[in-house]
This record gives sequence, C-alpha cells and structure tokens, in this order.
Amino acid sequence: MTGDTEKAMERLPRTFIHGGSRRRWLWAGLLREPGTALGLLLVVSLLLAGLVAPWLPLDDPTQISLSHRLHPPSVEHPLGTDHLGRDTFSRIVHGTRMTLLAAAATLVLSMTIALAVGIVSGYNGGWTDTALMGVVDLLLAFPSLILALAVAGALGPGLFNVLLAAGAVWWVGHARIIRGITLGARNMEYVTAARAIGASNRRIFLRHITPNILGPIIVIASLDVGWIILGIAGLSFLGLGAQPPTPEWGAMLNDARPFLQTAPRLLLLPGAAIFIAVLGFNLLGDGLRDLLAPVPVAQGAD
Amino acid sequence: MGAYLFRRLVTLPLMLLGISAVSFALLNLAPGDPAEMVLRQRNPAETPSPAAVAAMRAELGLDAPLPMQYARWMFRALAGDMGRSYVTEQPVAAQLARRTVPTVLLTATALGLALLVAVPMGILSAQRRGSAVDAIARLAALVGAAAPSYALAFGLIILFAVRLSWLPALGYGSAVQVVLPAIAVSLAPMAQLMRLIRASMLETLGQDYIRTARAKGLSDKTVVIGHTLRNALLPVIGATGVNLGYLLSGAVIVETIFSWPGLGQLIVGAALTRDYPVVQGFVTYIAVVVLLANLAADIALRIADPRLRFGQGAM
Repeated sequence: MTGDTEKAMERLPRTFIHGGSRRRWLWAGLLREPGTALGLLLVVSLLLAGLVAPWLPLDDPTQISLSHRLHPPSVEHPLGTDHLGRDTFSRIVHGTRMTLLAAAATLVLSMTIALAVGIVSGYNGGWTDTALMGVVDLLLAFPSLILALAVAGALGPGLFNVLLAAGAVWWVGHARIIRGITLGARNMEYVTAARAIGASNRRIFLRHITPNILGPIIVIASLDVGWIILGIAGLSFLGLGAQPPTPEWGAMLNDARPFLQTAPRLLLLPGAAIFIAVLGFNLLGDGLRDLLAPVPVAQGAD
Repeated sequence: MGAYLFRRLVTLPLMLLGISAVSFALLNLAPGDPAEMVLRQRNPAETPSPAAVAAMRAELGLDAPLPMQYARWMFRALAGDMGRSYVTEQPVAAQLARRTVPTVLLTATALGLALLVAVPMGILSAQRRGSAVDAIARLAALVGAAAPSYALAFGLIILFAVRLSWLPALGYGSAVQVVLPAIAVSLAPMAQLMRLIRASMLETLGQDYIRTARAKGLSDKTVVIGHTLRNALLPVIGATGVNLGYLLSGAVIVETIFSWPGLGQLIVGAALTRDYPVVQGFVTYIAVVVLLANLAADIALRIADPRLRFGQGAM
C-alpha cells in the first residue's frame, strides 16, 4: 500500500497544476488505472441496474410458479429458475437494488455518527475528546460483525433492523480517523490565521475545515461500501436480515441451501453477484484513495 | 516499559467494566419482554397469563431496577456465572466453554493457513515489485478481500466434496474435516495480511538502515531475512485485534455452513431465537478476548521493537 501511496504522492502536484480542471483530472486519473476503470465500470453498471430494475422487462422476482421449479438456464430464463419457479436473473437484478439501497442507508447512518463523533472530538479536544475516544476504544474491542449480529438479534429479524444494527456499529473505526483528520486540519496555519482575524467557529468549520476533510471522507466511504455489502448479505444469509421472498443476495443464498447438490447454481450465482459488487466498490475505492487521500488516511482506512 | 505496563493494567478493569456495560445495555434496549418470550418458547401454543409473566419476571430477576440488574449480572459474570439460556436452560458459561475448543481449532488453523500464504507472498511481491509475482499477489489479495466467506464455503463444498469427493463437507472430529472450513475462514485475513506485509516490506526496504546493509555488501537474502523481515512483521503484531475480528467473524458464519459445533453456531442460533443471556455472554466473552489479545500484542510489540520502548514509548 505504501507503493500505492507513493504513486498518489507523485500525482498530487497535478491537482495544483490543473487547479481549474480538477474534475477532469480526477476522471482521467480514475480511467488511467485499468483496475480502477474496471471498478468504475462495475459500480456504474450496478447502480444503473439497481436504478432501473423495476422498469426492465423482467419476470416478477417474487412470482411463484410451481410448474417451473428448478429449470436450468434457457432463453426464457437466462439463469434458470429457483425451487419455487422464480426467475433467478430477475431476482439477482432486483437484488442489486436491495443491496445498494441497504448499503447506502447503512453508509449514511454510520457516516453521520462517525462524522458527528469524529468532528466534535477533533475540533473541541479536551475532555470531550477524551470521553468520546474512550467510548470508541471500548467499542473497538467488539468485532463489528459480531456486534451487528447481537444488535440485529436483539431487534429481531428484518432488513431494516439489520441496517440499523450495521449502521450503529460500523462508525466506530471511522470516528477515530475523522477525528485525526479534523485535528490536523484545525491546527493548520490558515485556520489559526482565520481565527486571528476573528472568523466565527461556524465559518472556520465550513470554509476551512470541511473542504479539507471531504476528500478523505469520500475515500473512507468508498472503501467501506464493499465491507457493508459483505456484512449485510452475511447477516441476511444467517437469517437475520431480509426475509423470503425478498430478492436479496444473502437471503437467496440462505434459501438455496437445501439445493447444494441438485442445483448448485442457486448458491453460486448470488455468491458471484456479491463478489462482483464488492470487488467493484473495492477497486473504485482503492483508486480514489490513490488519487485523493493524503498518507495518514490511506494507512488508517485500510 | 514499566510505567506503560502499569497504565495499561490500571485501565484494564475500567475497560472491562465498560465492556460489560455495553453488553448489558445492548440487549436491554431490545424491544419485547424477555419473561414473556421465555414462556412462549417453552409453551408456544398458549398466550402466557399476566400472572405467569410476572412470576417469570421475578424468577429471572427482571423486576429489579435496571442498575440493580446490571450490578447483579456483572458480579455474577465476574464469578463465572453468566446466567442460563432461555431456550435450553443450560448455564451459559459452560456452553461457551464447551464451544470454545472447536472454534479455537478452526480459527487457529485458518490463521496458520493465512500466515503460510500471506508471509511469503507478501515478501516476494514487495521484493519483486511490479513483476508478475507481484501482480498475481495483488490480484489474489483483491479477490480474497471481495469473496464472501459464505459463498466461498459453498463453492468449496460443491467442488471438493460433491464433485471430486476428496474431502468431507460437514462434521467435526477428524483432521480432514477442518480443511474446507479453515480455507473459507482464512481467505479474508489472508488477503488483509498479504497487503499489510507487502506495504510494510516496501516501507522498510526504503529505510536508511537497509541501504546501509546493502552498502556493506550483504547479500540480498541476508538483507531481506535479517534486516527487513523482522521490522516488516511488526505491523502484523499490531494488527492482531483486527485479524482476530476477521477470524471470529468468519468463523461465526462459516461454522453454520459446515455444522461445526463452535461458538459461531451457538451465537447464530441464539440470535435467531432471541436467547439474550447467550448472546450477552458471547459478546462479552469475545470483547474480553479481543481486549486481552490487543494488550498482549501491544506488550509483544514493545518487547520486539526497542524504538517504542526508548523513543515515543518513554513519553
């Protein structure tokens, strides 16, 4: 990763050279690396599929048809049908929508908490910082998937409860990183200068700190989506998240367990879908990190 | 070192107290009345009468105020009594103890496997940066990080147990039965470790003392093994807690697939049936293990790296 960071450092000056066309620079940077370009392609395709899924000419993903049980792939059903005669392709495409919505909700929830805790902690310092980071240290002792499992178990099964559980535990590590970035930005000379000329806390925060922590936060968020997808699908696979007949990848895997020998395709396809989605977001996240993140974030976020 | 150790050991009870509070709060925030749930578990046919619910509340100690309940739960936990399962009515501590051995077997095998692959691959890939070996290692790390352990587990079963019949798919008891679940658990930590080792090898290879060693005319092998590796492996010790998290999370999911009679199966079953004492006991147990592992890793790091003891460590 240091190598990646070095590469990022080599590229950093371009930001300043092409100050006016930063957006074009970013796109060019993303497309230059084959891995990142592939990640971008996968993510855009997934977003598109998820967005338009309800309007595509697909079978109803929950339409049961017992006369079409466990059909192998055909022209009519490109990926075959499951044990209740539902079209697997349609379920996977609709699953994209489920997965992306769930991941987005979890990301928003966990990032909101992480930003609130991290910024308050880093900007205020003092005992607020000590207390909040004490809580963070404490929560870091709980592996996040296990804590999410316990919270989801306490709340009862359901995709919404899994979102709440995942969002409630995923912020912990990020809060620490965001605190560090905020602390670094706060101690910059231009912030001291702004304070010296009498700028309000609000103004300092919006004009001087926010732009500096935005890049790292985008990087953390993009590297996080993959983990969130894996975690939520995992909890659904265990039976805690989305419940049948919801077309969700983890739940589809769980549903297909009895057909391991007779129709392994029912297990491998949703598994492959999860893999491709996570891979896409990870590739894009790695690329964004190389382009945007200063060294400490690159180390902290990995 | 002494002062550092003292500070860590003083804060340890505080951390333990915090962990117990988090675990206790976690399940007391949950909706629903546990007493009613226990009665429904035992007799699903009928709706329990209010009198029966009240009696059960008293039996479980749920009629006391929350701080009282917490104190009682914590002191009992300190004495090794973590309550009884709502479902099986077995003592939780005994269940946790019995389930620990299979999980340790599984995660230790997986960790061994992960290190066996990640250490040489990480070293090679850093040493020959930009080569084909490096490209393959980085690709493997990407794939390993993105592959869901649960789907991988099914893939392994389909390939090695169903199609090739080389290995048993399920069960526990013989050495061959650990192979497939251990591979499934090992992939995520393997990918993480490989990236970590590659990165820290690259960083170490750029240090002045490595240039000095090379300038002295030492062979490549001596430089890599003797001077670089020792330093490059330090971050691996530092990542103990993170990797323990990976291993345990992997085990929780993979155990349910392979009918592995470990902690994972216990906790998933308990979470699905809302068996609060078991979930609470398990979460507390894991957090304490991670906390102690992190402490041990920190101390080991200070023993292995004199810079921490005499440099920043003196602060």
